[in-house]
Amino acid sequence: MSTEQIEGSLGVAKAVSLCKPGVVCAYPISPQTHIVENLGKFVKSGALKHCEYLNVESEFAAMSVAIGSSAGGVRTYTATASQGLLFMAEAVYSASGLGLPIVMTVASRAIGGPINIWNDHSDSLSQRDSGWLQLFCESNQDAVDTHIMAFKIAEKVGLPVMVCMDGFVLTHAFERLNLPSQEQVDAFLPKYEPREFLTPKEPISIGSMVGPEAFTEVRLLQQRKMLSSLQVIEDVTKEYREITGQHSGGLLDCYNCENADLKLIILGSSVGTAKDEIDRLKAQGINVGLISLKAYRPFPYAALKAAVGNSSQVVCVERAFSFGARGIICPEVKRALEGTSTKVCTALAGLGGRAIYGSTINGIVKHALDGKFKDEFTWFDIDTKVLNSYTRNALGITFPEGPIAESELEATLLRA
Amino acid sequence: MLDKINFYQTGSNTVGNRLINPSMRTEQASVDRPNSLTCGHRACQGCGEALGARYAIDAAMKATSGQIMVVNATGCLEVFSTPYPESAWRLPWIHSLFGNTAAVGSGLAAAAKVRAELNGDSVTPRIIAQGGDGGTTDIGMGCLSGMFDRNDDVLYICYDNEAYMNTGVQRSSATPPAARTATTMPVGEEPGSDWGKGKDVPLIAMAHGIPYVATATIADLRDLETKVAKAMSFHGARYISILVPCPLGWGLKSSALTVTAARLAMETGFYPVYEAEYGQITSVRKIRQKQPVINYLQIQRRYAHLTGKKADPNVLARLQAMCDANIEHFGLLGDEAPQLNPAAIQAYERSKKV
Repeated sequence: MSTEQIEGSLGVAKAVSLCKPGVVCAYPISPQTHIVENLGKFVKSGALKHCEYLNVESEFAAMSVAIGSSAGGVRTYTATASQGLLFMAEAVYSASGLGLPIVMTVASRAIGGPINIWNDHSDSLSQRDSGWLQLFCESNQDAVDTHIMAFKIAEKVGLPVMVCMDGFVLTHAFERLNLPSQEQVDAFLPKYEPREFLTPKEPISIGSMVGPEAFTEVRLLQQRKMLSSLQVIEDVTKEYREITGQHSGGLLDCYNCENADLKLIILGSSVGTAKDEIDRLKAQGINVGLISLKAYRPFPYAALKAAVGNSSQVVCVERAFSFGARGIICPEVKRALEGTSTKVCTALAGLGGRAIYGSTINGIVKHALDGKFKDEFTWFDIDTKVLNSYTRNALGITFPEGPIAESELEATLLRA
Repeated sequence: MLDKINFYQTGSNTVGNRLINPSMRTEQASVDRPNSLTCGHRACQGCGEALGARYAIDAAMKATSGQIMVVNATGCLEVFSTPYPESAWRLPWIHSLFGNTAAVGSGLAAAAKVRAELNGDSVTPRIIAQGGDGGTTDIGMGCLSGMFDRNDDVLYICYDNEAYMNTGVQRSSATPPAARTATTMPVGEEPGSDWGKGKDVPLIAMAHGIPYVATATIADLRDLETKVAKAMSFHGARYISILVPCPLGWGLKSSALTVTAARLAMETGFYPVYEAEYGQITSVRKIRQKQPVINYLQIQRRYAHLTGKKADPNVLARLQAMCDANIEHFGLLGDEAPQLNPAAIQAYERSKKV
């Protein structure tokens, strides 16, 4: 174990390097660039041996090269974000359908248009149904550790893993990071022995055409694999924590939940901000619990239900939503809590890099405690001035200061 | 010498083949042929692509003592050879998508290299990526160009039947002008596929300065085998385009005319057959008996609008002029050697490595 004050991207690159991938393919997109730049340096300098580093011509090629190398029986890594994730989407589905244990970082960033390079979760959540495991990181330490665990999880389950870390907020932040030693990682993650791969010694056909006679069954078995990964994530996390002493990974993590009725559910780097604010509130005698949701796919329904317990209210702080519908996390939480009387709603905040401050969290908590979440879905951190500067003239409507509930947005259609 | 014996046919597995020196016989004439694409697949009767693939892959298998792994694009070849739970491939084979075949090949080649390094193997398996013209010249072009750019150790084979046959004969960028496809119908002022469109991917491949580029047809299978074997003697990115007529898509008057159609494409100059190393054309397959383009067109219903009563002689003249230009540019007649042409700068460095 060594402790270094380094950028998150360098930390992730070092973590990936410790896992000794055989192929790394790279196509640059902000804010993922520093990760693959560092890996390129490790390979070229000889620090990372027996690794082919391919500068590819697109994200679609990056994932396709990864498919080829993983099917060729080699531990494979790539990284992307935002538009890049969408550009490779077809291959993303192919990788999971072929059961290839690729690990990919998504340095989460908004999807355009309008083009926006800053952090939210619209990219990673767009691949919700792609058949990849999706693990979210709350800090750079969590990101370092989750990447190392991701290889083991992917290879045990036989499915690819997306490690989602917030772009810029984590990737470009300098922090003290504890990096496990090569010996620790070697003990944890053995040399990759693929279960089946392409070799002339034992020819197999991979990726044949499956018609209606068996497609459903193929999908059912894929879902079974995905379900099995819940236990694998827990087992691997336990093992990793024992070896390194780090408290990272897992399906979810609770903070101050035992004392609180109101609980927030957050994915990613806002968890740290929320923890600080929860401490401040606690000092004022207000107890709020926090559930950091680490695994989004597979969704840990049972673990989440247990974590929520008999709370009367849960607010999902979401950094993406579904157009024409509502939040993306909230419906999953509702499924987990079916049959309970817990009220669940979404506070949408932090889109396209709008910072989620302690004050944002404070506002969400006060809103909840005052019983002001009247709808399932609320636009929380709206800049009313910016909004009204357009709507006043163009639509003839103005919005009041503060959060905008779904019903209030709908009501403006009648007023217009 | 052999030319004088007209009684026997040559190039088949029958009597005539035995007259050929064993070293000149096709790989398919041997009982030990690899049969990489084995029987029982579901290609149409007279499929040019199945024929081309069988010869090409077996030739590569022979050239590498069986160390071939294949990446296949979506398309007829993939569909007819691997309907779950069957596979006609007797070698390691993978299909991922329509447009990513070259990139999957790059990844597989990287993996093969790393595994050989880690295991201390003396032999590294070689990679062939293959697809139709749609999967190559259109949707797969980005990945193909990237593989050429990095000079990855992959042989890419394009089975060119000049349209999207698997989806029902729609135009691709390899469709020649005036040809009828489902998206370029023989209606309007200029029936069939538009004039002045399309791209020449073998020349584009050469422009990358890669070690080896060749065109071939299924009418000259020994030439095809030789080119595949030669391609396997190079390391780095290589490209072979094989003209594989599609009886269904071309509307050949009989499914027995596949090879004839390919031969006429060569003998008219419609499809120039040549090879190039490091961006320079090194050899050209000369036309043996020059045929007028009408002889090629009239056996294909996709050109029926050019040969019927309402046919426009100007269109025929334009197609003949195209063939004549090919003959002139590539030197398909006569005995002059290919001229030097400008080549990409990276070809210079790559050629020095040999």
